[in-house]
Amino acid sequence: MTSVTDTAPARPAFRLTRAFQGLERLVVPVVLIAGWEAFARSGMLPPALLPAPSAVLHALGDWVFGFDETTQTYSGHWLRDALASALRVFGGFALASLLGILAGVAIGWSRLFEKTLEPTLQMLRPIPPVSWIPLAIIWFGIADKPAIFLVFLGAFFPVLMNSIHGVKTVDHNLVRAGAMMGANGRQMLTDIVLPAALPSIFAGLRIAVGSAWMLTVTAEMVAVKSGLGYVLWDSYYFLRYDIVLAAMISIGLLGYLSDLGLKAIMARTLRWQQATTVQGRAG
Amino acid sequence: MAAIELRNIVKVFSDKRRGRDLLTLDNINLDIEANDFVCLLGPSGCGKSTLLNIIAGFEQATSGRTLVDGKQVERPGSDRGVVFQQPTLMPWLTAIDNIAFHLKLKGVAKAERYDRAMESIDLVGLRGFEHHHPSEMSGGMNQRVGIARALLMNPSVILMDEPFAALDAQTKLEMQEELVAIWQKRRSTIVFVTHSVDEALVLGNKIVVMTKRPGRIREAVNFDLPRPRDITSPEFNDAKRHILSLIREESTRLAQAS
Repeated sequence: MTSVTDTAPARPAFRLTRAFQGLERLVVPVVLIAGWEAFARSGMLPPALLPAPSAVLHALGDWVFGFDETTQTYSGHWLRDALASALRVFGGFALASLLGILAGVAIGWSRLFEKTLEPTLQMLRPIPPVSWIPLAIIWFGIADKPAIFLVFLGAFFPVLMNSIHGVKTVDHNLVRAGAMMGANGRQMLTDIVLPAALPSIFAGLRIAVGSAWMLTVTAEMVAVKSGLGYVLWDSYYFLRYDIVLAAMISIGLLGYLSDLGLKAIMARTLRWQQATTVQGRAG
Repeated sequence: MAAIELRNIVKVFSDKRRGRDLLTLDNINLDIEANDFVCLLGPSGCGKSTLLNIIAGFEQATSGRTLVDGKQVERPGSDRGVVFQQPTLMPWLTAIDNIAFHLKLKGVAKAERYDRAMESIDLVGLRGFEHHHPSEMSGGMNQRVGIARALLMNPSVILMDEPFAALDAQTKLEMQEELVAIWQKRRSTIVFVTHSVDEALVLGNKIVVMTKRPGRIREAVNFDLPRPRDITSPEFNDAKRHILSLIREESTRLAQAS
């Protein structure tokens, strides 16, 4: 009885929130950018050191579309730079995913691999990927390969750790059920352990794609002469902070898009999980 | 030849952290005939689930022999269908894919898998839910999927480990009736673990009463009350009284021993 009268006045408010649905994502960025613009225009810092968002947008626009060559040699070359970085990210990330999942499942499932392989990998893990740069350059020269190698190093360990964890925490009764239904060793891995470990593996992949973008920039600063990271570092030498910021925004955006793509794949693959998790709740 | 023969089964768990061994099953001898519905009845911790796991091949006895259809049990296999205490379904598969999972492992084509699984779906009354995931169904429905999965394997023996323990009273009654109906229709050998005297009496035609720690067989009671069983009939109550007295004797013995 009371619940009917209680919910009735709530309806218009509900409709209001529906009208603004989707806009809620924009609130924080808009507030941040407006504050930044106001601060930059106040003149407390010289515009060369802190360009206003409008100036950054201008640089980004010219970099992408090449309308007034404010970004000089980069004008209109954004797509080429973004593609160069994206290919390195994709190459390193794909390699890291493949090897990380393979090694992780092997270590998680088999005591033999755990004893032989894991100590070495765990010792390599804390070494910062950046510290591999000298060796990477000696081994692979100055081109895409050292960059891909660094991306691989950054992305491999999150995938590895989460795959090991995913396999180790598979419900042993599912393994028993599989054995009861006559699964052989290979089927146990492909049909039971791997799907059961997928939620964990995906968590690792999402961390890894972020690390991959972080490292492609580091790699491009030293090892190659193309890509968003190279443009960022090169512009810093010319004190073009507007381009530096435009490059940072580009990397952030592409990283965000990669994560969205991965999330979409994850949502499709793990649809079975949604009814029981917080993620699947309404709204 | 009995369908299941247990010969001098002893199971010792070594508790490494406390540095001592725990005798869980002490010299179990039991013959289960084909088409028997046997209930293993005993209190928690009497080793009845361990005994079932040994027949299933999930665990190895410390000593003794386990034969199913005359063959030594060494590992789990699809000749012994297991229904677990929790449904234990693959959460990423729909009901029908869970039920037909063993066919997929054998490489049977999808159309034929679904064709054959639909029969089991009907048998456990889940038509209309075949494409639901376990997370979208109730505990009782998931347990039905688990039963259908075991049935479709067409095993010579079905092993059930307190499969209805987590269900509400009403669902439990329905499931018990259905299970008896399925057993009467298909005539397979069932070993059913339970700690409930009533459940054992409703279901079994042989009730094996076990003692607590170490697990021994106190008595194997044959119980051929016609079905459907009237749980208020004098015959039912006589049997119940007998079994309760066995259990009570046991707890008095334990109390005196301690």
